[in-house]
Amino acid sequence: MLYSDPFETLMQLQEALDSFRSSAWLSTSTSGGGAFPPLNVFRKKDDIVIVAEAPGLKKDELEIQVKGRTIQIAGVKTVNYGDRVSLHRRERTSGRFSRSLDLPVEIDADKVKAEYRDGMLAIFLQRAEHDKPRSIKIA
Amino acid sequence: MAGQELEVQKKKELASQQEKTIPARFYMPSTDIFETGDALKVVMEVPGVPKDALDVKIENDVLSVEARIETANYNGLEPVYTEYSVGHFARSFTLPEQVDQHNITAQLEDGVLTLTLNKRPETKPRRIAIQ
Repeated sequence: MLYSDPFETLMQLQEALDSFRSSAWLSTSTSGGGAFPPLNVFRKKDDIVIVAEAPGLKKDELEIQVKGRTIQIAGVKTVNYGDRVSLHRRERTSGRFSRSLDLPVEIDADKVKAEYRDGMLAIFLQRAEHDKPRSIKIA
Repeated sequence: MAGQELEVQKKKELASQQEKTIPARFYMPSTDIFETGDALKVVMEVPGVPKDALDVKIENDVLSVEARIETANYNGLEPVYTEYSVGHFARSFTLPEQVDQHNITAQLEDGVLTLTLNKRPETKPRRIAIQ
């Protein structure tokens, strides 16, 4: 390609995301409570990236736990108006949330990385070495 | 843990009065508007938007915000399960008369944009002393 149009890229991305809307990949295995921020799960070669839109969280109140195939994400979102204000419009949600996901692959708990930037939470999970597919050479 | 209620927030797609000239979808940021004694505060959630991709402008008493996300972050990622779509954010509000259009400040922190629209001094509440 000679040039890439960023808007074209965005549209392709939107189409790709739409086609995996609530796909069977996680099947019945997500559970939790509270107003959880929506999340997307991506695959990057053998690894898995979980991305959630979570504006206005406090980093130190986020809790991520990984055990085997299960990952639990919990946190609290606070919305502060201050004293003596009159509300005109209220659309943002707040409160405590937690969610656990059962992934179809095993995760190396020691290599989990999480990043929180510009209100986006990204969790990078590496597939456990013993769980990775092996290619078999035919003798 | 079946049976437990899970409520995933829905994103609202922008149904704009003015159509965009680019093909991709825009989203409407969740917004709180509240009033203090001196100012009107508009708080918008624009996750994934860096500071330099934010456009706030006032034209004909309309305050419009456009916030663009970075699609480059998604390079090399293949979706397997999705609950939301991504897109730029846009929203506009007609300003009430008491807002001083030259005295508006904006602040972006952790994907939350706070606009402080200061009121014109003559419209601020005054306490009347009783003689």
